[in-house]
Amino acid sequence: MSRRPYVREVPPTSWYFRMPRYMRYMAREVTSIFIGIYTMIMVFGLAALAAGPERWDAFLKALQTPLSLTFHWLALAFALYNSFTWFNVAPKALPIQVGEELMPDIVVAGGHYVVWVLLSLFILFWAGVF
Amino acid sequence: MTDNRLAARQIELEILRYDPEKDQEPHFERYSVPCINEWCVLDALNHLKDSIDPTLAYRWSCHMQVCGSCGMMINGEPKLACKAMLRDYPDAVIRIEPLAHFPVERDLVSVADDFMDKLKRVKPYLIPGKVRVPTEGEYKQTPAQLKRYRQFAMCINCMLCYAACPEYGLQPKFIGPAAISLAHRYNQDSRDGGRDERQEEIATNEGVWECTFVGACSEVCPKHVDPAAALQQVKVASTVDWYLEHFMSWVKK
Repeated sequence: MSRRPYVREVPPTSWYFRMPRYMRYMAREVTSIFIGIYTMIMVFGLAALAAGPERWDAFLKALQTPLSLTFHWLALAFALYNSFTWFNVAPKALPIQVGEELMPDIVVAGGHYVVWVLLSLFILFWAGVF
Repeated sequence: MTDNRLAARQIELEILRYDPEKDQEPHFERYSVPCINEWCVLDALNHLKDSIDPTLAYRWSCHMQVCGSCGMMINGEPKLACKAMLRDYPDAVIRIEPLAHFPVERDLVSVADDFMDKLKRVKPYLIPGKVRVPTEGEYKQTPAQLKRYRQFAMCINCMLCYAACPEYGLQPKFIGPAAISLAHRYNQDSRDGGRDERQEEIATNEGVWECTFVGACSEVCPKHVDPAAALQQVKVASTVDWYLEHFMSWVKK
């Protein structure tokens, strides 16, 4: 009897359509594109600031266009989705054992949320929002 | 013989067949199998083999979710055939294929060699940190120390996590969920001293760094091992190693 194992190839560009859980994973990963573009805009802003008041004003004006506003709302939504999905799986990477018991997931994930809110408040305060 | 108290049910099993001596590629064949609703898919396969088509090849042994032999794709999902209950499949047709991401040996039998090689590489056994002679007594462990690894020791090597992991499907060099989880299981063991040897294999591009935390392995694991958690913990520990080595080399590990 001869062995002749048959290899079924995984389609390299469409594999994630096979299961909802793969789509959820891709959704999480795709959010990073929007966060990346947002970061690029920030870098452009810094360059505009360095180039003088005229360029800076033009940059601020460009931010207020409907296209830019739409993008920023989208980017915010995706950034939140990205943060929530990662915070919720954080307990897997950082289990905290006290004695014989593991701390419940909500303690580790909750800790992330608390630090996140405090840091956000601090930055908003520092930026003069309050 | 059927028990009248149980609900009889005719089920269409659509099964991937591949005979390496005759077929160029696998194809689906459909069988109408008289079942009892309380059966599991493995019972249906056994009935099919016993009374309809004796040529069907598949692996099984314990029929009680311990041996890890009967992993297969059931309606596209990696499952143990002995744990997949017919009552959870209300549709008339159930589609059964060999585990995804592994070559097909014959029918529902997949080639497990790659996993076995990887398992060997990660040294999934106790490498005593301090060798003791019998007169010194047994290695003692507290319940808290047991808790650190117990969950990862539940792995039965059924390979469902490999069939679920898209990274393994795309990059077969990836050492993969179960093997790394078992390495982590021994690394976490208070009696063990083999972590450095295992890190050579798992703290690498083919090891944990191939993992992008899809999390599918943990969703399909029939023993609730949570391989995704093990891999992320190895990533965290390996990152700490790197920082200690490069920025705080005076700190002994």
